[in-house]
Amino acid sequence: MTENEVPRADSLLAVRGLTKRFGTFVACNGIDLGIGAGEIHALLGENGAGKSTLVKMLFGVLAPSDGEILWKGTPVAIGSPGAARKLGIGMVFQHFSLFEALTVAENIALSLDPGISLSRIADEAAALSREYGLPLDPKAHVADLSVGERQRIEIVRALLQNPSLIILDEPTSVLTPQEADRLFETLEKLRSEGRSVLYISHRLEEVQRICDRATVLRHGKVTGACDPRKETPASLARMMVGSDVAAVTHIERRDAGVVQLEAAKLSVAARTPFAVALKDVSLKVHAGQILAIAGVAGNGQGELFDALSGEYPVADNESVRIRQKPVGRLGINQRRLLGAGFVPEERHGHAAVSGLPLSDNLVLARSQSDRKAFLAGGFLGLIRHSAVLSATRRISAEMDVRKSGDDPLAGSLSGGNLQKFIVGRELDRQPAVLVVNQPTWGVDAGAASRIRQALVDLARSGSAVLVISQDLDEIFEVATDIAVISEGRLSEPSPAAEMTREKIGLLMGGLTHRHVEAESVHAH
Amino acid sequence: MRIELEKRAGASRLFSFLSPLLALLLTVIFGGIMFALLGKDPIHALHSFFIEPLLEVWSLHELAIKAGPLILIAVGLSVCYRSNNWNIGAEGQYVMGAIAGSILPVVFFEWNSPLILPLMLIMGAIGGALYAGIPALLKAHFNTNEILTSLMLVYIAQLFLDWLVRGAWRNPQGMNFPETRSFAPEAVLPPIMEASGRAHWSFVFALIAAVAVWFMMHYTLKGFEVTVLGQSPRAGRFAGFSSRKMIWFSMLLSGGLAGFAGISEVSGSIGHLQPIISPGYGFTAIIVAFLGRLNPLGIIASGLVLALTYLGGEAAQLSIGVSDKVTRVFQGLLLFFVLSCDTLIHYKVRLVFDRVRQKIEGAA
Repeated sequence: MTENEVPRADSLLAVRGLTKRFGTFVACNGIDLGIGAGEIHALLGENGAGKSTLVKMLFGVLAPSDGEILWKGTPVAIGSPGAARKLGIGMVFQHFSLFEALTVAENIALSLDPGISLSRIADEAAALSREYGLPLDPKAHVADLSVGERQRIEIVRALLQNPSLIILDEPTSVLTPQEADRLFETLEKLRSEGRSVLYISHRLEEVQRICDRATVLRHGKVTGACDPRKETPASLARMMVGSDVAAVTHIERRDAGVVQLEAAKLSVAARTPFAVALKDVSLKVHAGQILAIAGVAGNGQGELFDALSGEYPVADNESVRIRQKPVGRLGINQRRLLGAGFVPEERHGHAAVSGLPLSDNLVLARSQSDRKAFLAGGFLGLIRHSAVLSATRRISAEMDVRKSGDDPLAGSLSGGNLQKFIVGRELDRQPAVLVVNQPTWGVDAGAASRIRQALVDLARSGSAVLVISQDLDEIFEVATDIAVISEGRLSEPSPAAEMTREKIGLLMGGLTHRHVEAESVHAH
Repeated sequence: MRIELEKRAGASRLFSFLSPLLALLLTVIFGGIMFALLGKDPIHALHSFFIEPLLEVWSLHELAIKAGPLILIAVGLSVCYRSNNWNIGAEGQYVMGAIAGSILPVVFFEWNSPLILPLMLIMGAIGGALYAGIPALLKAHFNTNEILTSLMLVYIAQLFLDWLVRGAWRNPQGMNFPETRSFAPEAVLPPIMEASGRAHWSFVFALIAAVAVWFMMHYTLKGFEVTVLGQSPRAGRFAGFSSRKMIWFSMLLSGGLAGFAGISEVSGSIGHLQPIISPGYGFTAIIVAFLGRLNPLGIIASGLVLALTYLGGEAAQLSIGVSDKVTRVFQGLLLFFVLSCDTLIHYKVRLVFDRVRQKIEGAA
């Protein structure tokens, strides 16, 4: 574990004592790192560990406060992304910067010198994409492409600059398992050509699978440098988190209780040109059950949540039922009054208002369901601050929300702590039905396990829980039943024990259940 | 070297408080420079602009007269702006309120009753609210930009008033002056303290409105709804609040208050309708609202400050002989500096010396 603590002088890229301060906050604190030629180097760490800040300094987006960067042994100042590209550093960001209305070739042209003709770019891009096994049609419009294909555009765009180092930021977070496999093959090919890859991830399995060395960050400091293949997932997790993460106790699948949440042939037209339409979605969640809906982002998860929560009611009143009552046309508060709770995906600006304190964010979700406790003065609707504040304290204590001060602004909490509060806000009511979209997205491992355990406990106490998630590890940890959403269609739910990653992956790709059965029979 | 704006972790309380004061100071400094460039002694000019109007009791009454409509309108606008509805047309709603409120004393001039004044005030508020209902309707149902529609409706209201006082409503005994007949004594809003000056009840109404709206914003669910929908419509939808209803609520409230201000001014200060009934109160109130941090209690203070710029302009015209356009200059300077100083609430200004690059260039 100590073999690489001092960066070697012959490294392609070496970093010594790199520090970035934002005011009094130190995002990166004396980072040492060395990347050799022809290696895939993993940068591991939880959200907020300083990975993105480090990478932004390497790519010239942020200027370091202290320390130095050595490129092939000479100190360099990387003042801009353009300068980074000139040195030979390419970057594929986690959030793509593509124009949906333009074609693939046009998008690539935007990042190159203006002098090069579009047809030449298209030819080169097509040739490159064939060579690296990244099939791509240069004339296709980005809006029509899947997330995996969009990522290929970003990779091809980086490769066109012929870089010696490519930085990939959480590349598999948006891919199906099969798409991820294809990406790994591309990375192997890059390595065999002597190029280096800096691979940022918090997924231990894939890091162990493809990376030669790993640097682990926690709270802006390097906490480990190792060969990931010689470590266990548990030892890597310990370096990332600093302590062992509690395992979620699993819930046994029991015989079905009453149906508490039901969608029957729910169809919703797309609200905007880039939204997904829901097509004939049917599901039933029984009391004591956790139904998890897997799927790659942007396949109708948000739209399904909107229809189930009543934020956007649907025309057919019978197509959604909560505790057997048809609620399709009812708004979100009327559904809450029937005993349902909702946790949307986006914390800031949807589940919570960042600029308001936690107590106000409690009123946000529960002004009607807890009208008696929180409001006074009849039609005046006076908010009873003391009652709200004591409920805020109760929820914070119950969910172990770590905060500065008694009632801080929601925006000042870390993602994990805010998410614990948002989930706790619903759990505090003991809802009979809970619908959660991406419960632990961008949340640190400790908070994630706390939230998952809370969902399992809620189902065990007899509530029906629907979890929409992109994270397969999470799904297998909590679900009693699993369905997959793809392009607005939902597969038939199956018991979790009968599902495998491969099956889910195929369903994510849009194959129906029957196809998947046939395919897996074929494979055996 | 370059100047960088660095985002603060949270809004700075110190600068939330200091920013309007800093803006005021900068306005005075630049106003002084302007007077100096005009060839006047800046100290003397500033004194007659800002201090002299405060030295006499009658002049304080004038200050209250000017502050009344500014505060009434700005309080309504603060609810609009907090809920992210950009009503720029308060001037038009003010005019329409004045017209609607004047129906009784002008058209039914023979009807006299103690009820007439309250009815006039109510009709004025309704007139302003209905006029603000036009941009509200357009925004709620056709997603029209309310900044444009409310602003354009100002000119329609002003020209409608002009047409009325020159045509249908012109005083038959008025020697062809473009004026309506004078309001009967029962239709005139009485002064608060008649012995010392003209200030009438509109200033008291303004204070009541400010306190009431402040209470609503701080203690009621409705105020919470305004804040949430203004900061994040999506979170508002999650809470079960309706953005569409909020457009109606905020526009009707601010239109109603502007209309109330209009009829109060006509009834209390002018006594009849004429082509021009406002020195731009509806627009100046936008500055008042922002200078008061969109807080109704802050708006009371900022309303008095802006009222002073009107008086100061008049005084400067008399005593140092500059155009009363300096009022507009001061108001413009103030709005500009308020908005720029507000940057300091969320950002720190830093001078960055590019140390790393210099070191490398030095070594090379």
